[in-house]
Amino acid sequence: MTDTEKVVAILNDLTGEDLSNKLDENIFENGLLDSMATVQLLLDLEDKFDVDVPVSEFDRNEWNTPNKIVAKVASLK
Amino acid sequence: MPVINLQPYSSPSYFLILLLGLLPIMIGLYHGKRFRVYETIFSLAFLVLTFGGDHWQQGVALIIYIVYQFILTICYVHYRKQKNQTNIFVGAVLLAILPLTVVKFTPLLANGKITLGFLGISYLTFKTVQVIMEVRDGTIKDFDWKLYLHFLLFFPTISSGPIDRYRRFKKDYETIPDRAGYLEDLEKAVHYLFLGFFYKFILGYLFGTLWLPPLQHWALMQRHAFGGLGLSWALLGYMYDYSMYLFFDFAGYSLFAIAISYFMGIKTPPNFNKPFAAGNIKEFWNRWHMTLSFWFRDFIFMRFTFWFMKKRWLKNRIRISQIAYLVNFLIMGFWHGLTWYYIVYGIFHACAIIINDIWLRYKKKHQDQIPSNKFTKGFSVFLTFNVVCFSFLIFSGILDKLWFM
Repeated sequence: MTDTEKVVAILNDLTGEDLSNKLDENIFENGLLDSMATVQLLLDLEDKFDVDVPVSEFDRNEWNTPNKIVAKVASLK
Repeated sequence: MPVINLQPYSSPSYFLILLLGLLPIMIGLYHGKRFRVYETIFSLAFLVLTFGGDHWQQGVALIIYIVYQFILTICYVHYRKQKNQTNIFVGAVLLAILPLTVVKFTPLLANGKITLGFLGISYLTFKTVQVIMEVRDGTIKDFDWKLYLHFLLFFPTISSGPIDRYRRFKKDYETIPDRAGYLEDLEKAVHYLFLGFFYKFILGYLFGTLWLPPLQHWALMQRHAFGGLGLSWALLGYMYDYSMYLFFDFAGYSLFAIAISYFMGIKTPPNFNKPFAAGNIKEFWNRWHMTLSFWFRDFIFMRFTFWFMKKRWLKNRIRISQIAYLVNFLIMGFWHGLTWYYIVYGIFHACAIIINDIWLRYKKKHQDQIPSNKFTKGFSVFLTFNVVCFSFLIFSGILDKLWFM
């Protein structure tokens, strides 16, 4: 599984929608992810990628699409 | 010697002096330069205008507060480079909120005879706590003490926000906008300034100065109505009028602070985005006093839920979010002040958002059965508006006068 597939799997699970063809969709603007789901996302990323994602690392403008999340995870590794 | 004191954004003379003082900064930015020494002197002059003269006690309190927070933060940054224990972090956060706690408690103990605070202490505390939390997380690594002081003492926002973030402020402060970008900023600044005048000095005046006192008087006259609860048509009028006053006065004030920041090339974040057009309470908090509610979201709600889920103290995510909402809004209530009506205001909003969440989950499950059209959307805005106005009725404190005085 590539990193992108792993991230998309986590996001699909959280949002209940298939995002594999919407890698540049803004997941906050369309209301797919609320604060609670965001926290779950950070915990899942820590779990699956073994990276440390503190809450203050999380800037909504830098984490708002699946592609950006993949890039962020790569930069944290 | 006459005592000179000017309260921020309160009089034409304040704006006149402010715009004159801003001119050199604007000319500099237009030519791609930031006159940092001038900016510092200019800012200090305005701090002296606000906290000097017959407000000198506040000025002294501000200096003591800044020195205290400065030493605390430097010590924590130094410590964090070597170690990262949770109890030291919690201790640092508690020490950062200690002055505000003392200031909020002393009037109760001394029957309101002593005030130790100064205008803006509640807002400065958000900035100091935020920096300590981000130092702990490692997102603030290169701590620049000069920038920190500029950030804390940035005078356009010092008295009532909007609450900026250290890293965002740093980005703006260290870059100089290009000419086209700066001209756009100026255009926005002028627009915000005039919108602010319209909000605060015209609409705020109508709702707050002209209509609010007679409505209050009329409502208090009917304190025996409705079995002693004092529920009257006048009180209903007061509720709507107060809500409008609160919005236009505060949004106007925020617009001034944002406008002055933009003149200085700093893009202070917006505080209001058509709050009364919100379709539910959750959306309302994304539109009302946004820098405050986002601060609470990022530094209280998300941290609380993160920590709760990581420790696996509770399995049920819904239950965790409900507890987090209560904690979040209770702290917000206490932050407003130690009176029963601020705290009830907090609890009321926590309950409203919890009920809202239950409804949203129900709606998601039964998507096909629940109609969604212009009428239902209009109704949801109407309902949200009334729930919010009722919460402001609690917040206004008139119920305290009506029932307990």
